[in-house]
Amino acid sequence: MDKTNIHAGYKPKILVEDLNLYYGQKQVLKSINLAIPENQVTAIIGPSGCGKSTFIRALNRMNDLIPEARVEGKILIDDENIYDPDIDLVALRKKVGMVFQKPNPFPKSIFDNVAYGLTIGHHRPKAELEKVVEKSLRQAALWEEIKDRLEQNALKLSGGQQQRLCIARTLAVEPEIILFDEPCSAIDPIATSKVEELIHQLKKNYTVVIVTHNMQQAARVSDFTAFLWLGELIEFDRTDKIFTNPANKLTEDYITGRFG
Amino acid sequence: MKTSVRKSRKNSKTQLTQFLGFLVLRLSVYLVLFVLIYFLYDVLSHGSKVISWEFLSQAPRKGMTEGGIFPAIFGTFLVTLITAAVSVPLGMAAAIYLNEYARAGRLTRLIRLSIRNLAGVPSVVYGLFGVILFVNLMKLGTSLLSAGLTLALLTLPWTITASEEALKTVPDSYREGALALGATKWQMIRTNVLPYSIPGMLTGAILGLARAAGETAPIMFTGVAFYLPFLPASLKDQFMALPYHLYVMATQHHSLDRAKSLAYGTALVLIVFVILFNLTAVIIRSRLRRKWKN
Amino acid sequence: MRSVKKKGVFGDVREGFIHRLFQASGMLAILILAGILALLLYTSVPAFKEIGFKEFLTSTRWDPTSPEKPEYGFLSMLASTVMITMGAMLLAFPLGVAVASYLSDVASPRVREIVKPIVELLAAIPSVVVGFIGLNLVGPFLARIFNLSNGLNALNGSLLLAIMALPTIISISEDSLNAVPAAYSEASLALGANVWQTLIKIKIPAAASGIMASLMLGMGRAIGETMTVLMATGNARAFPHGFLQSVRTLTANIAIELGEVPFFSTHYYALFALGLVLFLITFFINLSADVILEKQKRKLQ
Repeated sequence: MDKTNIHAGYKPKILVEDLNLYYGQKQVLKSINLAIPENQVTAIIGPSGCGKSTFIRALNRMNDLIPEARVEGKILIDDENIYDPDIDLVALRKKVGMVFQKPNPFPKSIFDNVAYGLTIGHHRPKAELEKVVEKSLRQAALWEEIKDRLEQNALKLSGGQQQRLCIARTLAVEPEIILFDEPCSAIDPIATSKVEELIHQLKKNYTVVIVTHNMQQAARVSDFTAFLWLGELIEFDRTDKIFTNPANKLTEDYITGRFG
Repeated sequence: MKTSVRKSRKNSKTQLTQFLGFLVLRLSVYLVLFVLIYFLYDVLSHGSKVISWEFLSQAPRKGMTEGGIFPAIFGTFLVTLITAAVSVPLGMAAAIYLNEYARAGRLTRLIRLSIRNLAGVPSVVYGLFGVILFVNLMKLGTSLLSAGLTLALLTLPWTITASEEALKTVPDSYREGALALGATKWQMIRTNVLPYSIPGMLTGAILGLARAAGETAPIMFTGVAFYLPFLPASLKDQFMALPYHLYVMATQHHSLDRAKSLAYGTALVLIVFVILFNLTAVIIRSRLRRKWKN
Repeated sequence: MRSVKKKGVFGDVREGFIHRLFQASGMLAILILAGILALLLYTSVPAFKEIGFKEFLTSTRWDPTSPEKPEYGFLSMLASTVMITMGAMLLAFPLGVAVASYLSDVASPRVREIVKPIVELLAAIPSVVVGFIGLNLVGPFLARIFNLSNGLNALNGSLLLAIMALPTIISISEDSLNAVPAAYSEASLALGANVWQTLIKIKIPAAASGIMASLMLGMGRAIGETMTVLMATGNARAFPHGFLQSVRTLTANIAIELGEVPFFSTHYYALFALGLVLFLITFFINLSADVILEKQKRKLQ
């Protein structure tokens, strides 16, 4: 396996170089090298506790919130190392959006939720906001269901709608990369299929990284799959290759359900 | 041999100890409740005789043997307002630091330790501190401002603790969500933490202020007056206050017997005031709790 | 493709400034505590210079206005404070622990929901009102029972302070009892002990340090209480000899005399020295309670 994992014909959007991550004394990620291709869906799979969530949170520096977290190595996004001291965290998080495991709409109206990222720190004309909110909700396939009740509190929506609202909220700030941290683990199967379809649509315009515990989901939505085990990247390849002909015995054991 | 699990005499003996033990515990609770209710009853039965619109709205007359307690109510209101204006914002700011910014370390531990210890400093010591710092060093004299500032220091540990409790009720997912959308830390706090915690912070503050309004020792030497023919008109003026008025009427009056019923009235007003504040806070708090659960 | 490099320092400076501002508010608590200690020390120094430590610490006579020989000994007041506080704790501690046990282990959730706010209400009654009740209700009652001319004495003070310390003792003890892991009592119940035996033999011993802390915090509260003792104990200056005697505590003495002394006189400084003593006593009691509670928290985690 070549060290950088760059796949021929795919331009890497995110280049992870020798990434080590520690929580205090404990090493959670061990020298990870990975090239995440642009405008593709990349799934991160692995048993619980393998470091998937930690890894995806390293990509927009949400791990900074954990006081004892320490990072070594580089993550280059469009050739800028996001761990350099001259990185603007606000710009980074606007460029790299994130959708969380549990839908976390704010206890505000649907409109204000979607407009949130645009209104903080800026005053924008209402008409402009309305345009962005509609566009984002349409992109998130939620517009038709809620267009008549934008002023309703977002907490009143169903779990699946809430998660699509969180996606719309992320789209509104026009990211280039969207991270999904097990986005379907807290919603029902019908809502799940809607979110999966959405993820599929999104790759036309965005680079998508999705952490999932569910191997069928990874097989359905992703173009590439990375398998993490105990903080190490065991295998990274095209999803069809991983699921039909994995190179590593561990990967095979995991996807055939022998452990996990 | 099979052991029976039916009730036996040996079991019934331990059951009897338990019965007697619980009885003692229950009686202890009854005793505490009885004392409280008897206290309230005593104040209510004597005090209600003098409560009238006149009592609440007029100034004392004839050497404080007649008339009402309006200046004391008004003074307590004013001094509590000053206390609130200083203590609530400072308490909120300190709580925001502790809950949102501070990381575990020596400084944070020291701040928390200081807050807990400040809560245990006797109120009369706050009074002494107010006399040196505000009355003498800062030359504010015995005034509304000195007394209000002294009470603000006294209530600060309570407002900090109450504000922090309120901040803790805001789920972390709101914070993460805001940061992930590109909010700076302060933007996140301002737009996505404070709006949901301010009602809780104010509820806690109300309880602290109700306690401050009932304090006597801290204002005794920093601004409160025995009797004033005028209402205070500036922050530099002295003022009358309900708790001190009660103290005066109960112990310092030239004719204690004639003042006694008025003192009971004052005590009743103070208690009703405190209970109303507590009740309001308890009701708001339980509503807020229910709201967050959904 | 957008760059995520910083485009200026304004954002960082602004956020940094806001951070510092909040940090300063947090540090204010340290500053106030240190300020209280510093100013009390500073104002007490002239007292110790003019009176001398020996007289202050060993004399039982406090008579600042004596025309022949003013004397400033704090022992009588210290003894009164200690006596009233001990009396209060003898009453409040068993009662408080009993109520706490009842609330944590016996009462139904509904009863708990009714009793707890009532206990909190007890804590909310202003001390001047409690003192007033001591003066007009407890005092006459004691006078009748013990056949005294008035009931303003140490016993009255202890009774009232017991009531005022109860909410602290109850709530901290109950918290400690509730913090005992359920596994302990389940194991005991599974071995055939009943609820009472489990409470006495397992839970109370396991929560002992927290219950001790509740006693100390209640004590701290009682020692610092001013208006109640001022109004209910009669304020005689003599060294206390019994609970039916009128006594004057440290707090009451400050409250009585501070209003009458000329600023910056020996007497004035001496009152701040009493304040310093009071501050140090309560500070160390609260600090020890704090250490005990922190230790317990760490142990049970």
